[in-house]
Amino acid sequence: MSPRMTRFLLGVSAPVLALLAAFLITSLVLIVAGDPVGEVWDEILSVPETRNVANIIDNATVLYLSGVAVAIGFRMNLFNIGVDGQYRVAAFTAAVVAGEAWLPGYLNTVLAILAAMAVGALWAGIAGLLRAARGVSEVISTIMLNAIATFLVAYLLRQVAVREAGSNALNTREVPEGSRIPNIPIGEGGTADIHGFIVIAALVGFGYWFLLNRTRFGFDLRATGQSTTAAVASGINVRRMVVAAMLLSGAVAGLVGLPILFGDAFVYGSTFQTGLGFAGIAIALLGRNHPVGIALGALLFAYLDEQSNPLQILVDVSPDIVAITQGVIVLTVVISYELVRRYGLRLEQQRVARELRGTPPEKREEVAV
Amino acid sequence: VSVPTAVGEAARQARPWRLPWWAYLVAVLGILLALSVLEIVTGATDLMSSGTVAATLIATVPIMLAALGGLWSERAGIVNIGLEGMMILGTWGAGYFGYHYGAWAGVAGAILMGALGGLVHAIATVTFGVDHIISGVAVNIVALGTVQYLAALTFTGLPGGGQTQSPRLPDVQTITFGGLGDALGEVEQQDIVLISELAAVLRALVTNLSLLVVLAFLLVLLTWYVLWRTPFGLRLRSCGESPIAAESLGVRVLRYKFVAVLVSGGLAGLAGGFLAMVASSNFRDGQTGGRGYIGLAAMIFGNWRPGGLLAGSGLFGYTETLGLRQGGTSVHALLLALALLAVAAAVLQLRTGKFQAAFVMLVGGVVLGATYFSIDEVPSDFVSMTPYVVTLLVLAFASQRLRMPAADGQIYRKGSAG
Repeated sequence: MSPRMTRFLLGVSAPVLALLAAFLITSLVLIVAGDPVGEVWDEILSVPETRNVANIIDNATVLYLSGVAVAIGFRMNLFNIGVDGQYRVAAFTAAVVAGEAWLPGYLNTVLAILAAMAVGALWAGIAGLLRAARGVSEVISTIMLNAIATFLVAYLLRQVAVREAGSNALNTREVPEGSRIPNIPIGEGGTADIHGFIVIAALVGFGYWFLLNRTRFGFDLRATGQSTTAAVASGINVRRMVVAAMLLSGAVAGLVGLPILFGDAFVYGSTFQTGLGFAGIAIALLGRNHPVGIALGALLFAYLDEQSNPLQILVDVSPDIVAITQGVIVLTVVISYELVRRYGLRLEQQRVARELRGTPPEKREEVAV
Repeated sequence: VSVPTAVGEAARQARPWRLPWWAYLVAVLGILLALSVLEIVTGATDLMSSGTVAATLIATVPIMLAALGGLWSERAGIVNIGLEGMMILGTWGAGYFGYHYGAWAGVAGAILMGALGGLVHAIATVTFGVDHIISGVAVNIVALGTVQYLAALTFTGLPGGGQTQSPRLPDVQTITFGGLGDALGEVEQQDIVLISELAAVLRALVTNLSLLVVLAFLLVLLTWYVLWRTPFGLRLRSCGESPIAAESLGVRVLRYKFVAVLVSGGLAGLAGGFLAMVASSNFRDGQTGGRGYIGLAAMIFGNWRPGGLLAGSGLFGYTETLGLRQGGTSVHALLLALALLAVAAAVLQLRTGKFQAAFVMLVGGVVLGATYFSIDEVPSDFVSMTPYVVTLLVLAFASQRLRMPAADGQIYRKGSAG
């Protein structure tokens, strides 16, 4: 087998191994709890209908943005636990800006999106600044900022909310029709449609890849992530990179809530979806911070969520069982990547040893190099 | 025979400046005095009533136990962000075992379930060398899913139970010194400066005091003793400071880390159990409300020390309580105190010649004071926000004085000492 082939197989085997382990552990939980294992998997692994496919893609879009936001931090060894808070303040800002409709039509949409990115970046930037200037761990500061965001947005929402007659819900003003992002019909005859924001999500994914792999800034960022000392030695201003990475991560995090806002809900209210940030961490890990990998991870998570929905009605099992699967995937994926890496290392060493054995001593140095 | 050497001299000088034990007592009395004066000046009478003290105690304990859990694991060098998940497991453990087998079985169940979460974290981080934060996040996701799944499985159909909550749980015993409490209550009514406040605190301590509260504070004491006064504790802390050195001296580093994370999980589980059994009367989905993270923050606020962690969790517990009990006026009153404190600190900084710091403090004080006079009540959301902002400020301005265990968060593989 060629080394290239080996590398590919090793790369694929890690996620497969992880999924297999997660499958086994989930099954074990179901068996211990006395739930019908076969029926549960039958239901989850059944082919989704067009309507469900649309839901899966919509959820995956949101999760993808969250995953990319986390991944930007990861590439620099920064843990942005605060995506939750960042998208909360950002989605609220976008809803207010879009609802006020200072500009006509799509200009309004663009303004709202930019505002969301700016606010998300700002919120994450606080953590970045604290890390760069005062050495405060971004893990702790973003957790604090998450909580602060929750209360701050709750307060601000109460200030700006418009109350509908006969409803207890607190909502911002609705996004005007001209500023909504049209949905894209899918399936035969357009029986279902997906959020148009998916185009922007794809652009973000491409931008992430381009920035990290094709620009000097991206190189600096990755270098800092892999070795701070080497980065310093080559003249990179690490503090500035920390702040920049957090700002970028926050700007993308600011987009997380927007597919829902512009394609579906049109308002920010007290029932706006939360907890997407932590899912993003799991997905970034699953996708190894690679733009395509993250997309696959997001699709997998969205698929599990959607397919588990009818479990309660059909086989009387709580759909929360897939949350166990998802959490276990995070652990097993990390563990299996580590195991596969060690195994690959051993293979490499064996190969070198084999080749060394076959060459006369005077030539050994060339092979080793 | 001890000979004063240069090394010994240097060590003596390097030793951190320690306060004598009575200084803490004076500090507590000083805070009480300040609060009572503040009550008189501002008319916010609920700042230090016995009701507030009792509620603060209940709010503090779960945070304190979670922080204690964090202390155990971080002292052994394992960052434990999975405290939240372990707490969640604990709430279910208390609900299930408490309902079926009685109150103390519930406590045991909570500890057991938390330790189970700790086991997962330990296997991932210690055995497999997974990044601590990643493993912690995974534990949180798994724990939440598991508990929601288990709750639906075990509580549906029970009287008063459902998918998201357990039936009513039996109570853990409480202690009440009837006569003493009433007498102290009367003293509290007299509104004498300082004396009434002392009476309020004592009254809260002798009326309906849950045994679990007592147990929790004993655990803090026990932790301090075990970690700082026994060979076991020294070895455990050495794993968090320098595992390589520890291993070279024959300490079984991985085993110590494993034990520490298990204990950490058990304490977090107990914190969850406390929430289900003492702070409320049953298990409910989402009961922890991020207190695991707060516990972590309280521990960092307390500089990875038991005493500091106590202060940190007290701060969180107190502000949480104020948020619930006509907190608007109470926090409004505290604004004035903070403004005065900031100005005083500015003067102190000025005397030591730190003009920049003094200026910042002064501006902060003036802003706080202006806020106090321009509004009548602090909105409840801002009250709830206070401890988080304070923690963030402490991290920002005192992070140079905080010292975490030197090898905290680093992945250690056996034999890497070479």
